[in-house]
Amino acid sequence: MSGILIRGATILGEHSDDIRVRDGVITARGALTPETDERVIDAQGLIALPGLVDLHTHLREPGGEASETVLTGTRAAAAGGFTAVHAMANTSPVADTAGVVEQVQRLGELHGYATVRPIGAVTVGLAGEQLAEIGAMAQSAARVRVFSDDGHCVHDALLMRRALEYVATFDGVVAQHAQEPRLTVGAQMNEGVLSGELGLAGWPAVAEEAIIARDVLLAEHVGARLHVCHLSTAGSVDVVRWAKARGIAVTAEVTPHHLLLTEDLARGYDARFKVNPPLRSNEDVMALRAALADGTIDIVATDHAPHPVESKECTWAEAAFGMVGLESALSVVQHAMVDTDMIEWSDVARVLSSAPAHIGRLEGYADPLEIGSPANITLVDPTFSRSWSTADLRGRSVNTPYLGQQLPGRVMATVHRGVLTVDDGALVDAEAVTAAHQEVARG
Amino acid sequence: MHLLSTRDLDRDTAIQILDVAEDMAQTADREVRKLPPLRGKTVVNLFFEDSTRTRLSFESAAKRLSADVITFSAKGSSVSKGESLKDTAQTLAAMGADAIVVRHHDSGAAHQLAHAGWIDASIINAGDGTHEHPTQALLDAYTIRERRFGHEARGRDLEGMRVVIVGDIVHSRVARSNVWLLATLGAHVHPVAPRTLLPHGVDEWPVTVHEHLDDALALAPDAVMMLRIQSERMRDAFFPTAREYARVWGLTAERFARLGPDTMVMHPGPMNRGLEISSEAADSDRSTVLAQVTNGVSIRMAVLYLLVAGSSTTDSGEGER
Amino acid sequence: MVARTVLHDADITRALRRIAHEVLESRRGDGRLVFLGIPTRGATLAERIQRIVDEIEPGVSSAGSLDITLYRDDLAKSPTRTPAPTRIPSEGIDDAIVVLVDDVLYSGRTIRAALDALVDHGRPRVVRLAVLVDRGHRELPIRADFVGKNLPSATSERVSVRLSEIDGVDEVTIEP
Repeated sequence: MSGILIRGATILGEHSDDIRVRDGVITARGALTPETDERVIDAQGLIALPGLVDLHTHLREPGGEASETVLTGTRAAAAGGFTAVHAMANTSPVADTAGVVEQVQRLGELHGYATVRPIGAVTVGLAGEQLAEIGAMAQSAARVRVFSDDGHCVHDALLMRRALEYVATFDGVVAQHAQEPRLTVGAQMNEGVLSGELGLAGWPAVAEEAIIARDVLLAEHVGARLHVCHLSTAGSVDVVRWAKARGIAVTAEVTPHHLLLTEDLARGYDARFKVNPPLRSNEDVMALRAALADGTIDIVATDHAPHPVESKECTWAEAAFGMVGLESALSVVQHAMVDTDMIEWSDVARVLSSAPAHIGRLEGYADPLEIGSPANITLVDPTFSRSWSTADLRGRSVNTPYLGQQLPGRVMATVHRGVLTVDDGALVDAEAVTAAHQEVARG
Repeated sequence: MHLLSTRDLDRDTAIQILDVAEDMAQTADREVRKLPPLRGKTVVNLFFEDSTRTRLSFESAAKRLSADVITFSAKGSSVSKGESLKDTAQTLAAMGADAIVVRHHDSGAAHQLAHAGWIDASIINAGDGTHEHPTQALLDAYTIRERRFGHEARGRDLEGMRVVIVGDIVHSRVARSNVWLLATLGAHVHPVAPRTLLPHGVDEWPVTVHEHLDDALALAPDAVMMLRIQSERMRDAFFPTAREYARVWGLTAERFARLGPDTMVMHPGPMNRGLEISSEAADSDRSTVLAQVTNGVSIRMAVLYLLVAGSSTTDSGEGER
Repeated sequence: MVARTVLHDADITRALRRIAHEVLESRRGDGRLVFLGIPTRGATLAERIQRIVDEIEPGVSSAGSLDITLYRDDLAKSPTRTPAPTRIPSEGIDDAIVVLVDDVLYSGRTIRAALDALVDHGRPRVVRLAVLVDRGHRELPIRADFVGKNLPSATSERVSVRLSEIDGVDEVTIEP
């Protein structure tokens, strides 16, 4: 079987159409008749989206295999409708050399669940002291275009300036984790009335906003691109909106959890809700939603951050920051943005696929679902609803913040470069995925 | 049942604890001080953070109620070697602990022990991080009530009384627990500190904040509670020098002399004499520092009795019929 | 389900007078009498009996209360009870004739607890027990020295003592 025929899908939520996939490419659209060697998928009532692209994923390999590996992380990605992920550099060893980024990329290719695009570290060992070998990583087989010390802020202003200039040399972008370190010493949760009451050290909004303000001005000064990771405050939105109005080349992301969850969840000291940046107030959540809807925020990125159980079953202060998010991202975006009529499904395609691909200089996502494009397709049943549980997770870790929450939508199929990685709502076996990729490669 | 914070104590429950503490205090002058209600129960003192006075107070209270007492200090035990709170809790559950008195350096530790499903025992928060220290607040309220009303104290709240709390409010679990409890009991609470030592959002608390001690003392308060200042706060630039702190926010001999004759001076201990409190104030007959220690045992007896002796909920039962 | 009144106010007064006289008769030598009532209604009865004794023979008696909540043998099996105050007369109970007073004697477990509580307060010369109503069904080897009324009852029946100081009326009722 060398092809797939998707029949009756609602393209980007707009109109019904058929899609033919051959040799990893979309070859036909319109009312199509099944051919004998085709796998036919009845997509009546399903929405066809381009394969989703995550610009912010922690795959943990190498070094953190107890939490996640490239294989388990890309399986989680496929289950969530993603066909490409950008793997953050804070592995052990750190992805600060061509060797590490090539290894990570190769593991992604080997398994075939999703395209893995490594992100390179900005500084050696994420230590914030000396630039990593950015050029070598850019020119390696992994063709790195996004550089980030995520987990750490490039807080030294001079180093940030140099990084912006140097990365621009290779058409890359610095993805900044905006957190002023001195203002957040020991910080545990959003600084506000609740942090004062709970006795958890506050994480002031200004610690994020001050860095973003500095960085957009630096980007303007040196004429480079800047990407701001996981915006979490209304003030950050204001700064980015101002910067864009001024013509500064800044892009911004928001995580699904910052579109839905608030700091009140810290009240029970359940460390599943501990995340960096912290969950904020309801006003912040509403500002982030509005900013995503009006384009101030360009993309949604998961910040999928797997942790072993013991890193969350401890006191809040001892617990690790982070939440898994690949499997739930699309459902949360549907819940927070689509079902609230703030954006359309075609906007979902933009903020979760074409825009992050463009920022990451990932090819093949510019013309979603059009003839000639690589066959990266996600089919979603928007009418489905479920109480979220760990059974809905496909990665190695279970630190999801949505347990017991009713979430809409379900990924029924994911096609990665012409190969089904999710079929009829279930992940396809690793062997079958590998074999199918080999068949596509043979043509 | 647990005692995790004073924020979720209602007025009637708080007064019940204070009244039972009166009964417990009464037994201190008897021929035999020991009481039987916790016979056969095991109370574990689980101290992840050193605090000799709080530990001894709880130990003494549990023993006076005839409980078996196990003290588990983190120093030198498996806890300091990286054993998690969860594993420790499950070990104690296997030992058959009926109540765990927990002191921990992290906020929320007592709440987690009570709610994470690791152990089915009553949890008593003996201080968690910078969150709460409910028995300290209860003994402070008891001390204020006893000083003010003497033998007429039973059943009363602190309606209309003015309590000034001075010092490191932001890092103080004693201050938090006192703010909620004293407000619940009807007192007016007046925190005093430089802005650096006031928590963000303190304006939303049921208090009147002052930045200058003399403004608060001018209110002729019923009690002035001085909090301990940790020396590392200076290093972290919360205030410039000990001398300046003592001059602006300390209960100096001169300020103490201006206090009314009925104003009590409180301190949860241990005191930094010459920093937040002068010896003149600490050693005067208006100081309740030693009474607070004595009352601490009564309050902890009351809490242990109310939480551990019975099977589940509280009611006031009549005798047999 | 109608409650039947078995003692009216006059009956109660008469019973307490009789108990007061019996206590005085049983008092040997110069023993000091301390009436310790078990809260709530036992304490009221102790005060009433002591007042009668004081009218007959002034200055030889005092009254107080002895809470037994912390000494109950069913503490762990029932919801936590708030203790009631214990008031021991200032002379103490050492070498005194202590008369424990309760409203109803039933299983005997309250009195067992009272005896335990008592020894923690001192060492009386002798301990007696006075009750307004003895309804039988003892579960322990305990009996009263002074009884206002023996009231045979079924365990399913409920005996209620009401006293004017607390309930606004003096009466003892039994209901099925």
